[in-house]
Amino acid sequence: MSAMIAAIEPTTTWYLLLAAALFGIGTVGVMVRRNPLIIFMCIELMLNAVNLSFVALATSIGNIDGQTAVFFVLVVAAAEVVVGLGIIVSIMRRRSEASVDELSVLKG
Amino acid sequence: MELVVFIGAAIMILVGALGVVLRSNPVHAALSLVLTLFGVAVTFVALNAHFLAAVQVIVYAGAIVVLFLFVIMLLGVDRAENLSIEPIKIQRPLAIIVSAGIVGLIAASILQAEDAIRQRGNGIAIPDIENPDANVREIARSIFGDYVFSFELTSVLLLVAVIATVMMSRRLNKKNAEVAQ
Repeated sequence: MSAMIAAIEPTTTWYLLLAAALFGIGTVGVMVRRNPLIIFMCIELMLNAVNLSFVALATSIGNIDGQTAVFFVLVVAAAEVVVGLGIIVSIMRRRSEASVDELSVLKG
Repeated sequence: MELVVFIGAAIMILVGALGVVLRSNPVHAALSLVLTLFGVAVTFVALNAHFLAAVQVIVYAGAIVVLFLFVIMLLGVDRAENLSIEPIKIQRPLAIIVSAGIVGLIAASILQAEDAIRQRGNGIAIPDIENPDANVREIARSIFGDYVFSFELTSVLLLVAVIATVMMSRRLNKKNAEVAQ
């Protein structure tokens, strides 16, 4: 029995399904939560899900380009977090409410 | 053995992700995010992407989460948010249905394409005792070879992000405000 379990190797499909589940949880978070910081964290979850499937497919197909793409995603995610948190800080300074529902100033 | 690693990493990833979505305190959510990011780093190691696993831990867990925690502390929003209030009546069930639909579609297409992605290619050098740095070499050859122009452009992107953030978050004092007008 244990030898049979040890013989099972996780295939690329497993990693891709795991990435899909992670992406789904991130999507729920973006749609449900109202704290802008938590929404940002959920976007990070979704980015990580895509990174995971990039790496899984790069290994499966045997092409390093997928891993290079993940490297660039990491850089862009870092820049995005810096700019996004800067915007959040400058908004929160004027109004202390930690909810995106309060930010309806731009509504026409 | 690989199976055990996969199951452990999957539990870390999913528990951490659920923690980000469900915990009401932003600090707890940020710490759950660290758990997820470590889980993803573990799967990167399992997939022989050693360089990316290291970068994942350094950049995500080291820099981005610390930045999140800094902002949470700076703004003083580290108190629990009341999650029982639902501003729009059917928002939550609807969100869960929509995301379950997205996941279902992705999973269906993955299972549909299973035959195409099953074969493990051998195009990527797998690090072993003789070439412990095979992955780093290969990814460096790719970044500084095929993608060197994009690599240079990311430096411009980072510079723009830094300048934009400094401009946005500095306080205008009286003298500067007059100059700006």
